[in-house]
Amino acid sequence: MFETPDDRKYQESHEYATTDGEPVTVGISDFAQDELGDIVFVELPEAGDEMSQGEEFGVIESIKAVSDLYVPVSGVVSAVNDALFDQPELVNESPYDEGWMLKLEDVDDAELAELLTADEYSEQTE
Amino acid sequence: MNHDQARYGDDDRYEPLLSETGTKTVDVSEESPLPDGLTREELELPTSSEPELSRHYTRLSQMNWSVETGPYPLGSCTMKYNPSFTEDVAADPNAAVHPERSEETIQGTLELLAGLQDYLARIGGMDAVTLQPPAGAAGEFTGIHVAKAYHESRNDDRSEVIVPASAHGTNFASAAMAGYDVVELPSGEDGRVDLDALEAAVSEETAALMLTNPNTVGLFERDIVEISEMVHDAGGLLYYDGANLNALLGRARPGDMGFDVMHYNVHKTFATPHGGGGPGAGPVGVREELAEFLPRPRVREQDGQYELYDPERSIGKVHGYQGNWLVLVKAYAYIARLGDSGLEDASAKAVLNANYLAEQMEYDIPYGPFHHEFAATAGDRDAADVAKRMLDYGVHPPTTKWPEFVPEAMLTEPTEAEDKTSLDDLAAAFNGAISDSEEELANAPSKTTAQRIDQATAARNPRLSWHALDEQ
Ligand SMILES: Cc1ncc(COP(=O)(O)O)c(C=O)c1O
Repeated sequence: MFETPDDRKYQESHEYATTDGEPVTVGISDFAQDELGDIVFVELPEAGDEMSQGEEFGVIESIKAVSDLYVPVSGVVSAVNDALFDQPELVNESPYDEGWMLKLEDVDDAELAELLTADEYSEQTE
Repeated sequence: MNHDQARYGDDDRYEPLLSETGTKTVDVSEESPLPDGLTREELELPTSSEPELSRHYTRLSQMNWSVETGPYPLGSCTMKYNPSFTEDVAADPNAAVHPERSEETIQGTLELLAGLQDYLARIGGMDAVTLQPPAGAAGEFTGIHVAKAYHESRNDDRSEVIVPASAHGTNFASAAMAGYDVVELPSGEDGRVDLDALEAAVSEETAALMLTNPNTVGLFERDIVEISEMVHDAGGLLYYDGANLNALLGRARPGDMGFDVMHYNVHKTFATPHGGGGPGAGPVGVREELAEFLPRPRVREQDGQYELYDPERSIGKVHGYQGNWLVLVKAYAYIARLGDSGLEDASAKAVLNANYLAEQMEYDIPYGPFHHEFAATAGDRDAADVAKRMLDYGVHPPTTKWPEFVPEAMLTEPTEAEDKTSLDDLAAAFNGAISDSEEELANAPSKTTAQRIDQATAARNPRLSWHALDEQ
């Protein structure tokens, strides 16, 4: 069983966005990290970049596959998790906490509200 | 230093570095025209005798896997044994020709190049061929550039190249490097091109569709004529990835199927070294209308004399001179030796061997009927682990986890060169590995010189030169 905490929302391509106010934290779900397997490389945008929903914000590479990462909600990147450049395994070990990827500000709340709830997302991954 | 992996043979004998077997300091402080900072006064050189040196390298070579030591059934890659007569031909002193010599003095060289161009044109059903590109991927890059030059010459601005999801990664890369947007075509339910999906993808923006036939799981694209019409009706060109031409030699020709541009992977279709990113060859064939855009210089015969010339609208050079000459000599030798009936026989055996092997294997093979290669699935086992376990049975495993539409894929291509005994050995290894315990799989390979490698750490902290060994 995978953890799918309900203090955040999800999109079909497996990224999450937190819902407890700004900055919004973005990363990938426990299910996604498990599917990918050992993660070996993460590429992220720079702070200050403006991103719109659905846009590619980076690339994640595991020993099995390379995948694009998509922004779940429009906003401005206020921070990226530099620790992942040296320790990509944090995404495997702690996808919802130490393995976060972006902090977003000026987020579009309407888009956030539209994302999948934890329950809806879990159904999709069953 | 870490010599964990440098062990030889079953008895775990340690293979020392040459420098560990004794060195001597040699004075090299001679006059040198080089600037001071670039010269050294003395060097530490190993003192091994010649036989010991030779044995050292032989032992190292035996730690590796090669097609000289056993079958190598990497699907799509086509790891063929290279018959040694081609090496003899390439080693002939007459083949050692400096490329700057004047045309009158290298008529034999030019004749061989022109002859190979003709052979390839005939085999592929193309009108003109360039031998310059140094690999299949370089051929794709060249071919797509030629297609682009053709469209541009007609003031026809197109922005997209369509590539099936099952295509080799180089197809996507070549199209992107030529400046095109890549449109990915999902595979149909039968593993082939889905005509409805193609219909939806083709437009006025389509510069080309890149296709290999049989495709990467060995299936013949039966709708190739419809596919060709659809792309041509929209003004696009059809590009043939020649990686699988070894299944069709002497039986069907890309040109007759409607393809306008193609590359030949001479290491897969004929028998030359792969090149490993180094010296290889990936000639490109085109239809008449595209010939004027091929790389320069081109070779031709005029009144019994061979000469080089620059086509006016050439895309330029993609490699020095005429490409990797000695590889081309080997390809020529192979084709000339086999002749029409031999090539036809080679493709028949490539298909027969794949189908015989598949019959012996206790694996589910979701797509067929297939030609020279097939994608078996490891089912609920991890294909990479099964592959590693196969090494313990003394054979090289197939390509794994690709193409992605086959779950836990084991893409297998024995090639026509293997005989029944080695196919039986391969089947036994496949069947043994898939039924071994979880633990055996998780620790495989355990009988090879280099045992289970920590892939994640290797990818996270790659050590890319020998300097890194010293930093430990
Ligand atoms: C289907 C396919 N296309 C293209 C290529 C690239 O060819 P090359 O390795 O000669 O560059 C390969 C190589 O394995 C292939 O399998």
